[in-house]
This record gives sequence, C-alpha cells and structure tokens, in this order.
Amino acid sequence: MYPESMRPSLEKVIQTRNKRFELAKSGKPVFPPMSAEEREEVLNEFHPDYKPDSRRKIRLGPNKGENLTTEVTDMLESHSRIKPELFDLTRPDYETDILIIGGGGAGCAAAIIAMENGAKSIISTKLRLGDANSMMSQGGMQAAVPEKDSPACHYLDAIGGGHFDNKPDLVRALTEDGPDVVKWLEDLGVVWDKLEDGSLQVLHGGGTSRKRMHSCRDYTGAIIMRTLMDKVRNNPDKISILEFMPIVELILDNKGRCAGGVLYNLETEEYFTVKARATIIATGGYGRLHIRGYDTTNHYGATGDGLVIAYRAGAKLLFMDSVQYHPTGSVFPEQIAGFLITEKIRGAGGQPLNKQGKLFVFPREPRDVESSAFIKECLERHNGIKTPSGRLGVWLDSPLIEMIQGEGYINKQFPAMHRQFIRYGIDITKEPMLVYPSLHYQNGGVEINEKCETNIPGLYVAGEASGGVHGRNRLMGNSVLDYNVFGRRAGIYAAQHTKSAKLGTLTLEHIRNFENELKKARVKTDLITPILLPSYTPEDVRKRQVTAHYEGTLR
Amino acid sequence: MATKKPAKKKPAKQTKAKATEKTATVFIMGKAHKVPADATIMGAIEYAGYQIKRGAGCREGFCGACATVYRLPGDYKIYTGLACTTLVEEGMWLSQLPAIPDQKPIYNLNKLEPNVSTFQKLFPELFRCVACNTCTKACPQDLEVMDYIQAAIRGDIEKVMDLSFDCLSCGLCAIRCPAEIVQYNVGLLAKRLYGKYLSKESKQLKKRIKEVKRHKYDKEYKEFKKMKKEELKKKYYERDLE
Repeated sequence: MYPESMRPSLEKVIQTRNKRFELAKSGKPVFPPMSAEEREEVLNEFHPDYKPDSRRKIRLGPNKGENLTTEVTDMLESHSRIKPELFDLTRPDYETDILIIGGGGAGCAAAIIAMENGAKSIISTKLRLGDANSMMSQGGMQAAVPEKDSPACHYLDAIGGGHFDNKPDLVRALTEDGPDVVKWLEDLGVVWDKLEDGSLQVLHGGGTSRKRMHSCRDYTGAIIMRTLMDKVRNNPDKISILEFMPIVELILDNKGRCAGGVLYNLETEEYFTVKARATIIATGGYGRLHIRGYDTTNHYGATGDGLVIAYRAGAKLLFMDSVQYHPTGSVFPEQIAGFLITEKIRGAGGQPLNKQGKLFVFPREPRDVESSAFIKECLERHNGIKTPSGRLGVWLDSPLIEMIQGEGYINKQFPAMHRQFIRYGIDITKEPMLVYPSLHYQNGGVEINEKCETNIPGLYVAGEASGGVHGRNRLMGNSVLDYNVFGRRAGIYAAQHTKSAKLGTLTLEHIRNFENELKKARVKTDLITPILLPSYTPEDVRKRQVTAHYEGTLR
Repeated sequence: MATKKPAKKKPAKQTKAKATEKTATVFIMGKAHKVPADATIMGAIEYAGYQIKRGAGCREGFCGACATVYRLPGDYKIYTGLACTTLVEEGMWLSQLPAIPDQKPIYNLNKLEPNVSTFQKLFPELFRCVACNTCTKACPQDLEVMDYIQAAIRGDIEKVMDLSFDCLSCGLCAIRCPAEIVQYNVGLLAKRLYGKYLSKESKQLKKRIKEVKRHKYDKEYKEFKKMKKEELKKKYYERDLE
C-alpha cells in the first residue's frame, strides 16, 4: 500500500488517465519520439555512463590503455585465486569434447546443439543449472516473424538502438536466425503466447519499429530456460552437469589454444582440472557488481566471472565502457527495490508519468534514452515522487493497460508482476507502480565473430558474456534471442572444431604472466577474482568475522 | 590453496536489509537473530551474517532456489515460502531447504504422445494422489497444484499447462506430498507436450523461415553493411513505425 505522502500524486495520475487513454486509443503517438540530437543530449547529461568518473583506464592485458567502466577495470586488475604450480596438468581430473562454462540459456542451448553435432560436453555452473538471468527475463523475445516485419527491419532497429556501433555480421546473425529460434524452441516444447488461429502474439518493445516481441505470459525466460534444462537433463550420457562448480581459470596449451579450465567446488573447496578441445564461456553478465551503486535486476551469480578468466587468458573485450540501466526497476516497496518490471508493460500501453501525472517521454525509446529521461525528470526537473526511505521514482501507469487492452489482461499477461506487488498490498490493475532505472545488462563483453569465435583458438563465447551484438545499448527482447542464437552457434562451431582440434602441452603460464604484468604496471590491489558471489553482510558483522578467510576462500 | 590474503570485496550496496529502527527476532535454523522488521527472509539471513551459497538465485521470485519452511509462535502449522519474497515476522522459526531430492524420468519428447498413457508410464505415482490439497497449500505462487495433478490423471494436458504455467520448480509441493509425487516435473512435461504437439501451428512462422532460407533478405543485409554510419543513421531515423 502506498503511504499518505504519495497519495496526492497518485490522485493526479487518476485525473489525467482518461485523457491519456483517449489519445492512446486514437492511434497517434502519445508523446513525440526523440530525434537523434535530443537522444544524444539527454544521454550526455544524464546517463550514468557519461559521468566523468564512470570510466577508468586499464593498465594491462589485451585492452591496455582503454577506458572501461571503473568497476570492470577494478575487477580485471586483480589476482587469481590459484597458484599455477599446485596443478599437475598432465593428469586432468575430467576430459571432454567441450567444456561449457555457465548453465544458463546460452550454455544449455550450446550443449544441446553440440550434442546433436556429435560432441559431448560438461556444463560447469556456479550455482544450479538454470540459475541465470535467462530464467528471469519476463517480457519476451524479439524475432521478425510477422508479415509486416522483416529480419532487415529488425536489423535496423537493433543497430540504431546500439548507436550504430554493433558488429554488422553479429546483428545479421541475430536477426536472421530469429524466426528459426522461435520454431526450434516450440519444437522443444516452449508454449508461446498465441492468438486463436495459431498465429504468434506480438507486442512492441522499446526502440522497435514493428511488433515482434514474442512472449510466454511474463514468465518468458522461466519457460524457455526450464525447457532447455529439461532437454539437457534428458541426455545425461552426452551432457554432464557440474553444479556449484564454477570455472575459476582457463587452461591453455603451449600453442596458445584454449584447452579447458580449473574447477572450484564451492562447497568442499577442492579444485579440479578439466581438459577439453573446445571451451565455451556462457557466464552471463555483471549486474551484481552494483556499478555506480545502483540496485540491480540481476541474478545472484551475475558477477562477470567469464570476463576475468577470458581476459587473463588473453581474450579481447569489446564495449566494456557501456552499462545498461533498465528504465523500470522497482522503487517501492523497499523490499523489492531494483527488481525488474518488464518492458512488456510499456509494450502493452503502460505509460511513465511524473509527479503531476503527466507523460514526459515517449514510453518506448531505447533503454538508455528512456532511463536517462527518467533520471532527468527526477534529478533536474524535480518531478520525481519520493518514497518514505528517500528514493525517487516515476509512476508506471499499469491500470491504463486494462483500459486499452480490456479487463483481465493484466492477470492473464502479467501474472508475475501482479504477484510481485499484491504481496505488498498494491494491485497493479488499479494502481500504478513506482520505478527508477536499475542496473540490468552488460552491453559489451568478450569480442566474438558470427561463429562465436574469439581471438583465442578453441575459445568460444555466447550470450551476455560476449560483446559486439548489441553495440553500446541492447534493445528489449534481444538478449533472449541472443543467448539462443549464439548459444546454438557456439554449439555448432565448437563441435566442428573438436573434430580436428589437437592440443599440445597444457599450461597455466598465462596466470603467472598476468601476475607479472600486474607488478610491472604497479597495480596495488588485494582483490582476488572471479568474484563468484556478492556479499551483503553488514559492515559491523563483517568486522567481527575476523577468521573468515580460514574457513573458506569465498569471503 | 588460499594462500593469499582474503579477497576484499567491495561491499555491495545494501538494499534488501537496510537497518531500520524496528527489529524483529527470528530464529534462523534455531538461532536467534535481531533483524529489520520489514526484511525479507533472504535479507534477514544476510543481515545476520550468512553468505548464502545454496538458497539464493534470482532473488525476485522466478527461479525457485530459495524454498523455505517456517513456523510462527503459538501456531502448530508449517508454513512454506520463498525466502526472497516472504517477509519476516516476530518469532519466526525458519530453515531454508538447500536442495529438494528430485526424481525425474528420462525421456525423449520426440517419441512421446500427448496423452494420458504418457503420464501413466513416466509418472505412475501420480495415481497415488489422495487429493489432500497439501501441495496447493504449500505453493508459494498460489497455484492450484492439486487441480493440475488431477488434470494430469485425466490426461487433460492443456489444463495442466495452464495451471502449472507460473510454476518455479521450488519443490515445496513435492516435499510436502504424502503420495510422493514430484508435481513440478509433471507440469513441465505437460507444458512441453502442449508446446510441441497441441499448440496450433503458425503458418506465417513457417513462411518466414522459408523466406530466410531462400536468402530473401541477403540483398538488404548487404546494402546495410555497405552503408556509412551517417547513411545508416538517416535510414534509421526515417523508418516508419507500426
């Protein structure tokens, strides 16, 4: 329930609703979309990436001298968890065709396709299989299926949303594979939202010129992820799953080819070695680094592990200066601060409103632009709504959706959102939600080509951990598509690679070299990475945990 | 192995268990802790100083990693909930379930038929259901679990799909079931059968896939690739919106 202090503004939302509904029904744009110049201006002034201290030059490694997001530079300029000399690489504990690091959407898709191409794999995952941001996507997946749409339209939307920085071949792969991914997933048993005649239900997302958002109510990721997991689990002789066993370093061979990785059992704290002829990094993103102090929509395990291990092995990163803040993170109640509120809400007609109950931005600008407009409305124009704990936000008018789409639409299409708020006495069919940008997506990552290959032979990357597909800003619904398209591609090309790949002597020399580079660059840090899990222990408790490092290596 | 100094991680921003004035006493696996009165169970566990390994996932109610059982003072009942979305209460005695013993039949969806005999074969224990409704009471998503189990017994796959759609596989139903059914796996199979066999086919989807295979869009893609940034920009801002 909203407190009294927020009531006057809520009243204004109600007062303006009928007029806004009339305009929405007329089919005219409810607010003028921004021009290129307007977009640039609001980004420059208000996007968190554009603040002077948001980026810092990295002093070593493949991207040496480049400005990266400060928290990313901090994470990459760090020590390994292991001492190379303690490992006997002549007798690996596990051997397989393909080592897949990460058990989310991209990892599972890769394993399934690799299996169909004759390669066995091990999926190593830090938490449980399917514990990933893939599980949490709500709104949908873009794919250019409808008659009025085309993969080329999708291409233009994606590359414009990404500020024309995207790698063209990757955008082509993403958009051209889209329709086939819809079919592939349906054949695996994904239940898409459909109309009576069997045609796929589609909606708009931010920055789309055509309706192409395919969904499974607002549990899109949960349905897709569990379907992929079930397929993986039905093939235990081809795909081995190692849960609570993250890879903490890659292993190379004497010719610089990727040859597997070092596993860490989170529970027994043992380390193991895996030898593989191909390795796929599918570790997802970094939301749990809480960049610039932002709340995040991300999974507990989203700590950018793949970036660190790839970087130490010599892989080049791309667009690691760009962070995505989702415009509609929840702000009230406090317990769900930062939680994702799907963009499908705006796709279905929901509108962002200020303290006066007025629209101040086109509801479906690309995410970085929309987020910046929200921040501007709150910080510069002082038109935000304040919560009792002091947070600022703007309204997201959901009751309008029921007026536009008909009564019962929210319960049918947004069961997760309805559930999320009704627990706290807020019925989103009757009252709006309060939102503010929340740290959502790693736009960049390890640079790949359309075969998911990196600059290290035998190392493939797919999904959020990769860079180039989305340029410097991803559109809604393109990440679900991304992990399927590139997960499948990684599976195919890694499997092909294993047919002819030969490995020389295995080595962890690159860990030693990286440690030397740290010294040479005079980096002083006691940070050990990959980070693996974020800590939410209060400072005073932490101070009392004086022997935490005896008990385990996690703290 | 850990011979270096402990990692000093940047303290992440605390949002879920901010210290407020009001506190509640909760018993985490029997041990008393004072935690913020408006915290979620997960927030309370972390506030008390635990680093969760098992028992936290998406933290937003989608993954089902944080199944929790608890009792309240003066109340004989066992309650169930997700730690990420359930608020603490004064005197709550709670324990997370690190994992649920799972029993999943191995199958090849391509070789199954969407009918009741598939369920009979793969989940014979379904027919032990005594309709006690304990599963429904245990469900943190408030799903009609027993109703979908009954629908599975009748072979009504569409109903199972619909009623189990929002299932998180947290396992709280399965752990409470006196008939020892693993409900969420039944729901998952029904959804997959429905998606593959019973959902009406989209003709447009087939058509579009054919168009892509016949290289219908090659020319446009090539043109886009050749365009300079300014040209592409112009095209983008001039494109018509549906």
